Amino acid sequence: MTDAVAAAAPTTRATDGRLTTADGKPLKAALARAQARNKRRAFFLVVPLLLFVVVTFLVPIGQMLSMSVNNSAFYSWKDRDTGDTIPLMVDLRGWFNENEPGTEPDEAAYAALAAGLAHARDIKAIGQIGTRINYEVSGTRSLFTGTSRKAERMEPPYKEAILDADEEWADPEIWAAMRSASKAFTLDFYLAALDRTRDADGNIVKVDEERAVYILLFQRTFVLSALITLMTLILGFPIAHLLATLPLRHSNLLMILVLLPFWTSLLVRTTSWIVLLQSQGVVNDLWVASGLIDDGNRLQMIYNRTGTIIAMTHILLPFMVLPLYSVMRPIDPSYVRAARSLGATSWTAFRRVYLPQTVPGIGAGGLLVFILAVGYYITPALVGGSSGQLISNLIAFHMQKSLNWSLAAALASLLLGAVLLLYWLYDRLVGIDNLKLG
Amino acid sequence: MKKTLILTTALIGLAVGASAQELTVMSWGGAYGKSQVEAYHKPFTEETGIKVISVDADNPATPIKAQVEAGNVTVDVADVEYADGVRLCDEGLLEEIDPSILPDGSDGTPAMDDFLPGAVTDCLVTSIVFSTIYAYDSTAFPDNPPSTIADFFDLETYPGKRGLRKGAKANLEMALMADGVAPEEVYGMLETDEGVDRAFAKLDEIKDQVVWWEAGAQPPQLLADGEVAMTTAYNGRIFNAAVGEDQPFVTVFDGQIYEYDGYVIPKGAPNLDLALQFIAFATETEQLAEQAKWISYGPARKSSGPLVGLYQDGKTEMGPHMPTAEDNLKKALASDFEFWADRDTELNERFNAWLAG
Amino acid sequence: MALPSYASPLEKIWHYLYLVICALIFLFLIAPILIVVPLSFNAEPYFTFTEKMLSLDPTGYSMRWYDLLLTFGMENPEAPRDASWWADAWANAAWINAAKNSVIIGFFATILATFLGTLAALGLSRPEMPFRRTIMAILISPMIVPLIITATGLFFFYSSTGLANTYIGIIMAHATLGIPFVIITVTATLVGFDHSLTRAAASLGADPTTTFFKITMPLILPGVISGALFAFVTSFDEVVVVLFVAAHDQQTIPRQMWNGIREQISPAILSVATILVVISIALLTTVELLRRRSEKLRGVSPG
Repeated sequence: MTDAVAAAAPTTRATDGRLTTADGKPLKAALARAQARNKRRAFFLVVPLLLFVVVTFLVPIGQMLSMSVNNSAFYSWKDRDTGDTIPLMVDLRGWFNENEPGTEPDEAAYAALAAGLAHARDIKAIGQIGTRINYEVSGTRSLFTGTSRKAERMEPPYKEAILDADEEWADPEIWAAMRSASKAFTLDFYLAALDRTRDADGNIVKVDEERAVYILLFQRTFVLSALITLMTLILGFPIAHLLATLPLRHSNLLMILVLLPFWTSLLVRTTSWIVLLQSQGVVNDLWVASGLIDDGNRLQMIYNRTGTIIAMTHILLPFMVLPLYSVMRPIDPSYVRAARSLGATSWTAFRRVYLPQTVPGIGAGGLLVFILAVGYYITPALVGGSSGQLISNLIAFHMQKSLNWSLAAALASLLLGAVLLLYWLYDRLVGIDNLKLG
Repeated sequence: MKKTLILTTALIGLAVGASAQELTVMSWGGAYGKSQVEAYHKPFTEETGIKVISVDADNPATPIKAQVEAGNVTVDVADVEYADGVRLCDEGLLEEIDPSILPDGSDGTPAMDDFLPGAVTDCLVTSIVFSTIYAYDSTAFPDNPPSTIADFFDLETYPGKRGLRKGAKANLEMALMADGVAPEEVYGMLETDEGVDRAFAKLDEIKDQVVWWEAGAQPPQLLADGEVAMTTAYNGRIFNAAVGEDQPFVTVFDGQIYEYDGYVIPKGAPNLDLALQFIAFATETEQLAEQAKWISYGPARKSSGPLVGLYQDGKTEMGPHMPTAEDNLKKALASDFEFWADRDTELNERFNAWLAG
Repeated sequence: MALPSYASPLEKIWHYLYLVICALIFLFLIAPILIVVPLSFNAEPYFTFTEKMLSLDPTGYSMRWYDLLLTFGMENPEAPRDASWWADAWANAAWINAAKNSVIIGFFATILATFLGTLAALGLSRPEMPFRRTIMAILISPMIVPLIITATGLFFFYSSTGLANTYIGIIMAHATLGIPFVIITVTATLVGFDHSLTRAAASLGADPTTTFFKITMPLILPGVISGALFAFVTSFDEVVVVLFVAAHDQQTIPRQMWNGIREQISPAILSVATILVVISIALLTTVELLRRRSEKLRGVSPG
């Protein structure tokens, strides 16, 4: 209110010709001060929420990002009884520091390894170490747990003793992996998330075909999302057009049919699709009853990719219809009529006149549906079987089942990067302010 | 004044509510979870007044590992497979259990002699012997019912979907046995790359027809819904559906894989003393025998054997349904816990890549 | 959408075909939601229409699955249904406990999201707001970032701060997820907000507080309430974060459904689904009425 007074205060012309307010201050300065105050006031209204979102959203995501480049499992152990942090593999890390990558491990290296294994066995940290190296070189966890059992009784020469326990220790890849795992900052998990690994010389190479899975899943996620986006467009366009051209009284009623799914629980909609599509479900029953298929050959429409596509298309359809509708509604029908009167066929009029005007809606809806689809978790998990799983399901798998949290974080960060890129694009092309909900 | 009084009373009420003793036990849910509630939890609450909260998980070994590693442990006692118990213990994620807390058998046998060999380890006290078997819906194969583990992989003679647990364990062993490998050679073969390849090659034969399950309660449901014609399952779950709910399910013990399963305490459990008390109580002779009334898993104490009689319906003899019954052991494999404690991570990794590809 | 009089026969056929296609798409949208309603009254444990149901035989229908919602998890479901039976159901029935948790979490998450979100929307819609676009993008991002990523981040963060397995942790997470909806709906009502109204109030001697409560608040209230309903529904439907950060005994309705679908999908799930559909119809109606009221208040033509 004071701002209003300040801004509206009667001005007087001072002797030097500058405009001032009643109390003699230059008008320009007063105005600037008032504006700064307004700015601050607006900002202070936003601050509480901004702080809240920083704490409950940005910080956790930042922590996750740091998890993806930092894994201390090889070099430090937290004693859960005392809460102390105990360093692991101290001698071996010393040896790595003194010797160049690729150095042939000598007796000193093997002695350091034997001591490290025995120590880790003693404090029950060996499983953690083995699991960490197993992330880099598959099939080595048992190498660590097995050899460590014998490590305590080993005597020099250690190289012989260790190779005697298991000759796989001669594999330079294992030594490269241990060297890499003893650093605080690592990109190993990003390599793993892209189906890459380091060979013995530290070069980045593809992993064995039979273990490569993440790129395939990223690809599948993007391909399925694109397909789902296309399906929502194909289904959403006609009804958005219908809604936009009907008189408001009718279209408001039909709009309810679009909005109701929007307001209905995701789990309810997923359940419904299970009920409809399972082999003893309503759709198969209908087809058997109508004689299209016989009882023995019921179609498998769920717990596979088809199930994921159908259910997600249904769930995301309103996100396509609403932006399309808001772009189509204001399109003046007289343009199409004019085209027709100039001799265009109805198809030409649609293609050359109407369609180009709906492009912003298609872009907005398409981007929104695609962004939401790439991150979907619940629906593919419930109806996707094994072939309909998306990258989110794999992140959940590493979070909850395999407990390879660093890899989960790396995968999540890559997905996050892709989504943020699309979000930025959305903001540039559509503007977040134009996001509408019903 | 009056207001403060009410408020204080309410606060005290809250405090009392919070301090009332509770114990959280995580297990596998479904029919097995119910057998534990009936045989262990309820009697324990009756005797001590301590409320037992049952929590279900697909496989409790993973959530408790996650809890200990993340440092927020809410579970006091967990029921895990023997191999997982050994592995988690090696990794320092479990509390050690002093065997002297375990009471002697009801017939006076000292506790350590009463338990089956190896059943009590540093961190785990075995409660049951369970088995992974396969079962089929008898209405699907009226004429020539499947009877061997090879039949499970034979899609030509026995068409229809198959249910398998989503994981490497048990599937690889079954695949090799179905491929003609003798049970005693299975683990030797799985130690080699060729053996693992062979197992996956066998699984490849049915991969397209497989519906994967994760929770133990799912397989009987898949059979009942007609989603699969045959499925692997834990034997007790099929028994409960077949005998307890009159479903037309038949268990095939040929090629079964039996294993111990027992209680562990995650490191940093909020109620360590209560947890120890609970485990000692639950693995007493009577409680173990009582559990066998609810589900067809063999008790881990020898002294419980003679006390096992009829199923809770009062007419079904439990003996022949136990995985350890002589008839059922003709072609059976004892799950090798050392193998799985060491190789679980590696083989599951391979399994997942195989599944996604 | 009337057909012009100059339409050719082919165009006429296409027009009717188009209407049929649209009808089919609407069917695709709505049928899966409504199908669960009759099926939830199935007397048999199947997910399809039995012959008795199709012939409208009353014995083909029953309330048994709704009954199961009450009795599942009770200590003594067989007891006569007197006061103590209901007390047992209230204290122990799994679905009732899940509903209680969902309502508690949803309520507080909504309050938090609505309060903070409305405040921020007021700031964001001021023309003087600095870094408006960036801040808006940050505040909307919880809606865009895949839930699995948010849940993963929260798992690590809550584990290290002791917020894991607490109600406060879930409430804060759900509030974050609801905030974008509040911001979007409230800023939408503030678009075209006539600022001369507040200036008029000020010039008539009202202090800022009075102006806010007498002028601004009534005008944006419909938007605030819609936003609050959106925030509530978001929390009420959220399961991923709950799966990651909640304790195992902190069940909510969606989490209970998730377990039910994965393990043993019984028609009891359908009766829950039916109840949720009824709730969503009620919420949608409320929001629609609010929107119209708001448009009337602001003098914007409906649309």
